[in-house]
Amino acid sequence: MEKNVALKDTTLFFGFAAVILLLPILLEPIGANYPDLLQKIAIFGIFAIGFNILFGLTGYLSFGHAAFIGIGSYMTLWSFKLLTMNVVPAIMFSVILAGVFAYIIGFVSLRRSGIYFSILTLAFAQMCYSLAYSVLTPITNGETGLQTRAIRKSSETSLLDGDIRIIDQAFGVQELGVPTTNFFGMAMSGYTGFYFCAVLLIVCFFIAQRITRSNFGIMLKAIKSNQNRLNYTGIHTRPYLITAFVISGMYAGLAGSLMAATDPIAGAERMQWTASGEVVLMTILGGVGTLVGPVLGAGIIKYAEQKVSSWNEGILESFFSFLPETLQHFMANLGVLFVGEGWHTTLGLLFMIIVIFLPGGIMEGIRRIGAKFSRKKPEADTNAAAPQPAE
Amino acid sequence: MSAAEEMKNEQSRQFERGTANTVLHIDDVHKSFAGLHALSDVDLDVREGETHAIIGPNGAGKSTLLNVCVGRLKPDRGAVVFDGEVLTGKSPHEINQLGVARVFQTPEVFPELTVLENVMVPALSKRDGHFRLNPFKNFFREKAIREEAESVLENVGLQAQLSGLASTMSRGDKRRLELAMGLIQHPRLLLLDEPTAGMARHDTNATIDLLKKIKEGGMTKVIIEHDMHVVFSLADRISVLAGGRIIAQGTPEEIKVDPRVKEAYLGEEQV
Ligand SMILES: Nc1ncnc2c1ncn2[C@@H]1O[C@H](COP(=O)(O)OP(=O)(O)O)[C@@H](O)[C@H]1O
Ligand SMILES: [Mg+2]
Repeated sequence: MEKNVALKDTTLFFGFAAVILLLPILLEPIGANYPDLLQKIAIFGIFAIGFNILFGLTGYLSFGHAAFIGIGSYMTLWSFKLLTMNVVPAIMFSVILAGVFAYIIGFVSLRRSGIYFSILTLAFAQMCYSLAYSVLTPITNGETGLQTRAIRKSSETSLLDGDIRIIDQAFGVQELGVPTTNFFGMAMSGYTGFYFCAVLLIVCFFIAQRITRSNFGIMLKAIKSNQNRLNYTGIHTRPYLITAFVISGMYAGLAGSLMAATDPIAGAERMQWTASGEVVLMTILGGVGTLVGPVLGAGIIKYAEQKVSSWNEGILESFFSFLPETLQHFMANLGVLFVGEGWHTTLGLLFMIIVIFLPGGIMEGIRRIGAKFSRKKPEADTNAAAPQPAE
Repeated sequence: MSAAEEMKNEQSRQFERGTANTVLHIDDVHKSFAGLHALSDVDLDVREGETHAIIGPNGAGKSTLLNVCVGRLKPDRGAVVFDGEVLTGKSPHEINQLGVARVFQTPEVFPELTVLENVMVPALSKRDGHFRLNPFKNFFREKAIREEAESVLENVGLQAQLSGLASTMSRGDKRRLELAMGLIQHPRLLLLDEPTAGMARHDTNATIDLLKKIKEGGMTKVIIEHDMHVVFSLADRISVLAGGRIIAQGTPEEIKVDPRVKEAYLGEEQV
């Protein structure tokens, strides 16, 4: 049994890594192989994997994980502005800071479970969101958002409008205008940016897989299954929960950092509750508690978002052009509710369909189809075998 | 005379002299629920190595007493002392780590985990303590613990269901699973709340045999039981609880003939 599990895990890991690295080729037929989308898929994949470590394993549903995205993004921007355009320190600081915040938020929120926990996390995230727009504007630059700038000419200039980049300056890096973010010289844009995120996604997947299979992971599953029983089994569940919360917060911090690394601007809207809700949707759509599901969910939602929100009435009119004219107008008018700005309507609808008909998400659907085939096979075998003795 | 019999004689002599080690001491415990006195002035001593049965009619307060022992309920008054440590005020996981394991009246398992995992979790808790951060220690490589879990599961007769999910088990099997979860911790004190309720005669007998076997291992047990057949074949001493009070205490022979017990409890069953 132990060998089986190990083999399955290894296969899954290498399969996953291969698919992610080949995404630019695999997604070509559906026209989703442009770097911007690929980066988003990888980044939200990381976010969702981390979210699933908390929600999927322990059953604690956080509605405030976008806060860590925001923290990661701001931290990354400040690292760009103050230290260097190299993403490595930015990512490290972001992950650490997100971990610290996750510890504080988790410490308080995990005093409660169920819906009260969800509400506490939501309240924290909304607090971060509104602080970013008010008291913290000197750090966040409010509604304008935090951006990288050229090196400031005088120390009079506010740091929001002019950067210092101590490390880069010390190394005598020549800058023309605002430089791009980089990984030791490799620009973080285009396919390089995607591959950078993809490698981190694969590392994150590996860590999540190890956690799931570990003693720590089994305790998290036991918490989800029957926390009360676990207490009477001698386990102090709180430190386990806090650790899971911190780990998933760090994943979110990494995702936030990568968002800023691939597109160096950070705004508070990343912390809004809709962003927290989005990762919940991704995880549930893909399959809660599975390893691949959250990434799949992230990919599908990000792809659909780009496609559906780019459609407009004109496209619909031509799509329905095979219909009689009145019907064509009617369908286009109806359809326009769901495309473009109406993307969230579609998302809501999709979510309802999944929750009602396939609560285990897409992975559950795949499993069911797989089970159907493997059940049919032995039947076919016996049928095939049956006539033989008669011959 | 066999060694086991000799030990038993020695034990009963100690009981008579009253010098045997008290493992669990329940001291003047009082608990009421909104005016209902579930437990009043309960004093109880459980001695090292004995099987102590608590019997009494439904609603007598038996489960409440166990709840007070494992930290699920706080007594209004009084204290529970285990091996010199006051348990009252401690949380359930601390009490378990001190060596007190409990089997619940309504089976409490981990439904989404496999049968084997259900038993490995308490074993890990026993080995690693209440919290151990080991996110990279592969659970499937815990060979020693898995083998131990398998052998305990074989003892309770669940060896055929190791990889099934606990949620798919019958109630009787869940009870046996819970028993295995308690046994694998080798607790110093095992509290059993009606471990055979809802079991068929055949399974009940198997459970009795199993509990007898553990008894030879020297584990101290408190067992709440309705089935008099079980009680009289297992218990060294019996306490009778009725209306939240201990009305009688003694050996099975003494309890059988105690008029108060007959009136409060046995009477209604044996008539
Ligand atoms: N948590 C509780 N809240 C209120 N009443 C309770 C609670 N637990 C037990 N009781 C009451 O206390 C009495 C003793 O219950 P219990 O200890 O379960 O009895 P037994 O196990 O002997 O059948 C019963 O009348 C029961 O209704
Ligand atoms: Mg009871």
